[in-house]
Amino acid sequence: MTTTAKPRTVGAARTRVEGREKVTGAARYASEQPFEELAHGWLVLSTVARGRVRAVGEEAVRTLPGVLTVLHSGNAPRLTTDFVSLLGPPDPVVALFQHDRVPHLGWPVALVVAETPEQAREAAEALVVEYDEEPHDVAFRAGRPGTYTPEDGSAVAAKGDLEAELASSSVLVDASYTTPEQHHSAMEPHAATARWAEGRLEVLDTNQGTGWVAGDLAQLFSLDASSVRVRSEHIGGAFGSKGVRPHQVGAVMAATVLHRPVRLALTRRQVFAVTGYRSPTAQRVRLGADPDGRLRAFGHEALNLTSTLRPFVETSAVFGRVMYDARAHHTAHRLVGLDMPTPTWMRAPGEAPGSFAVESALDELAERLDMDPIALRARNEPETGPLSGLPFSSRNLLGCFEEGARRFGWAGRDPRPRLRREGRWLLGTGTAAATYPSGAAPSTASVTAEPDGGFTVRISAADVGTGARTALTLVAAEALDVDPERVTVRIGDSDFGQAWVAGGSMGTRSWSLAVVSAAEELRGRLALSDGDIPPEGITARTDTAGLLAELAKKERHSFGAQFAEVAVDVTTGEVRVRRMLGVFAAGRIINPLTARSQLVGGMIWGLSMALHEEAVRDAASGGQVGADFAGYHIAANADVPVIEADWIDDPVPDDPVGVKGIGEIGIVGAAAAISNAVWHATGVRHRDLPLRPDRILQAEETGPGA
Amino acid sequence: MKEFSYQRATDVEGAVALLDADPDARYLGGGTNLVDLMKTGVERPGRLVDVRELPLDRIEPTAEGGLRIGATVTNSDLAAHPEVRSRYPALAEAVLAGASGQLRNMATVGGNLLQRTRCPYFTDTSLPCNKRTPGSGCSAATGEHRNGAVLGASAHCVAVHPSDMGVALAAFDAVVSFETAEGSGELPLADFYLPVGDTPHRETALPQGALITAVTLPPAPVAARSRYRKVRERASYAFAIGSAAGALDVADGTVRDVRLAFGAVASHPWRARAAERMLLGQPAGEAAFAAAADAELAAAQVLEQNAYKLPLLRNLVVSLLTELAEEAAR
Repeated sequence: MTTTAKPRTVGAARTRVEGREKVTGAARYASEQPFEELAHGWLVLSTVARGRVRAVGEEAVRTLPGVLTVLHSGNAPRLTTDFVSLLGPPDPVVALFQHDRVPHLGWPVALVVAETPEQAREAAEALVVEYDEEPHDVAFRAGRPGTYTPEDGSAVAAKGDLEAELASSSVLVDASYTTPEQHHSAMEPHAATARWAEGRLEVLDTNQGTGWVAGDLAQLFSLDASSVRVRSEHIGGAFGSKGVRPHQVGAVMAATVLHRPVRLALTRRQVFAVTGYRSPTAQRVRLGADPDGRLRAFGHEALNLTSTLRPFVETSAVFGRVMYDARAHHTAHRLVGLDMPTPTWMRAPGEAPGSFAVESALDELAERLDMDPIALRARNEPETGPLSGLPFSSRNLLGCFEEGARRFGWAGRDPRPRLRREGRWLLGTGTAAATYPSGAAPSTASVTAEPDGGFTVRISAADVGTGARTALTLVAAEALDVDPERVTVRIGDSDFGQAWVAGGSMGTRSWSLAVVSAAEELRGRLALSDGDIPPEGITARTDTAGLLAELAKKERHSFGAQFAEVAVDVTTGEVRVRRMLGVFAAGRIINPLTARSQLVGGMIWGLSMALHEEAVRDAASGGQVGADFAGYHIAANADVPVIEADWIDDPVPDDPVGVKGIGEIGIVGAAAAISNAVWHATGVRHRDLPLRPDRILQAEETGPGA
Repeated sequence: MKEFSYQRATDVEGAVALLDADPDARYLGGGTNLVDLMKTGVERPGRLVDVRELPLDRIEPTAEGGLRIGATVTNSDLAAHPEVRSRYPALAEAVLAGASGQLRNMATVGGNLLQRTRCPYFTDTSLPCNKRTPGSGCSAATGEHRNGAVLGASAHCVAVHPSDMGVALAAFDAVVSFETAEGSGELPLADFYLPVGDTPHRETALPQGALITAVTLPPAPVAARSRYRKVRERASYAFAIGSAAGALDVADGTVRDVRLAFGAVASHPWRARAAERMLLGQPAGEAAFAAAADAELAAAQVLEQNAYKLPLLRNLVVSLLTELAEEAAR
């Protein structure tokens, strides 16, 4: 018998299994599936920020060409909205047309359905909606009245006497930071097609979890869970915005009323209006340290806005609970309810804005201590969870800094600011730490041994563009000990059973656990069989709830070190990032090709967060100013320099798959590294994002300091 | 979307006749601005007359030694033209500083001059805007106006003209040729755009239904040493928050000729004549350049959010003219 070298599966770079379909255009996205008798819906959004709908002039548009129906709070079917599902209660905006109140600008007030999308749009834009308008308040800022501590167990975490430790510290930082309203706005706008077929509701959608969306739609429309099927084959980005949103609810509502398939696709501006966003934050960080850099006091308070409908906490202050220990450690969140849409999770919710504040403050502390920023972080490396006291499953932050510093050329850096010039550009370098939780949630998966020697994996996972389908193919192949070409992974279908969503950097870990466990179960059964596979195959199915319950309680997180070099022209305010390096300790990396791409993508988003992204609210109307990609700037190609992302070994001994998840951590700390580099270049601390030219110029005019 | 008809014009006379007969018709060039505005409902024409096939796509030398640029020449072709690059380099740089490669392949010279402001209130039909809906009010003056005008604005409108190309054309005294049903005409760029006053919706002095046929650059030896600098909120693919086109002729350390125009400061490309007058015959140097910029900006009126434009423009002028002076000294 000859032996051949086994093909490497997990750990070997693989292009996406559906890559060819995607780049040739053969992959169909949610709004591209043809249907017979398809009708098209168009949402009408409120143009006032607070009040009541007095009248909807539907008669005038019902006679327009192609119009089939106009749904609004006066005639829409009733929904059940007081439920809690996989990820908590549904977003208030999905209670489509259930009352006449308008809680914010852009609230859906009507749905026009017509034979073609153009007819629907024309009628929707012609629809006259009258409002009883009330004064609104969308002004978010630190120190404003009306703030409150949310009734959330994790809103506040504290140990020690903060004021006393601050008083006995020899070096202090007390600084306020702000981050603006930011939007996901994935490349593929939200779109859903709903139809009733043989007594079942079928929805073709683009989302982060078909089981989640199917479950919520069943609740909303009071349907048996088994009578709803949601599919989401290809997804053009999600980032937290693609859960249950008005597009699915409107499509289902209209399909139910009209007894024919209905598609509802959002425009870019509607995506900005009704699919959630990251709240602006106002944060205060107070640090007190001994002369050797050891923290005595760590205080972080973070304020964010929410709607008047539901509290949503942007958990910025969670970051420090993992990163740094101090004798006194106080972190707290506060909210203010405004006439604004309800914010939602957006890439690295909490950690993205939180790391900007804390990692900037650490840099300020290093400056005051005259200490290297990396040495300061090493000095405060905790042995166990700073607040929990639990051991870390693995914590390789210092390894990331060590490798990053070596590759970036950090050694010998002159810490003094505003010393390096190249033509009109001042140059500087900065660094920051990153972390994000590594969670997992119960999921089911099945693996079938097919008679032709192949294997089919079924799991209601979602590939939001990350390469999850490919990663699961590699994981399954390794677990089955077969070549990946023999494995077909089917995802994006709620009929495959409940599984965790593509969110919270928990997708790949949760799904891998389920797939490995089903594959192992199948191998056991195949070992007992006589080798014959019946025509329907042999299927093993598992649920990881028990497995996860047995996992020891530990601090489980990914870590990373971010480095950036910037060039700043203080005469024009232009900031250019020249290079970035991120080194991460994120468990086992399944597919280096797509993992690198995901980490680099996160870092680019961090660059974009540092320099560009900002949704501006018009105080008078309460709406977003310029809600499109001309008004909401994201980094352009020319802004993005050479960006390197890499990782160090990070074994997690007690974890069955060793995967930690990499969806979020790339963005964490990136904006702080850039902002710290801007200080190093210019000598000016910028504590408000984004670092716009006018802010750089203004700081130059008023002189450094502050 | 409103339904509209589409016709492709094959000769200038026919195109002008179509517009003359239908007040609801609009010329369609590259469509890079008009089509966007139609999607958002800002523009709702009933008929589009596509003028891109008209024989107006040539760049030719004039008898006087200037250049005549056909109205349907694309931005890409304009920026790549050897005569433009050697004799009016700031114009080529300005064009390349705008939009993206794909858009520049579509956009035309005539359309560029007629593009509308990107003020976010102008493009949002749910909000007041005097330029879009006369008499409805200016949301920007009291709202978001970080990119608002600092020169020549009024309480009725603080929007800025978005063109980069136009800034260089203004610096080089371009003349716009047009055709109407009554015959042909010409407008120097300095008279092409109307003051804002209380009629911000009236943007140009073009007669109703006029078709731009060409833009002529008079000979300008000074333009051979010229440059365009644009500052925006990201490195590419954004409209200017401040820009400057400059040309400088220095002999024996003295300014013999100078051209200067600003972008993103007013409702139209802004020719900095006060600065030019101040510099002529003066010793070239940072102090003179800064004083000239200050002279031009003396009339500026800033709003709450756009005061940064003054140091920005001043710094741009100093740095741009200093570079040109250093170049001349080499």
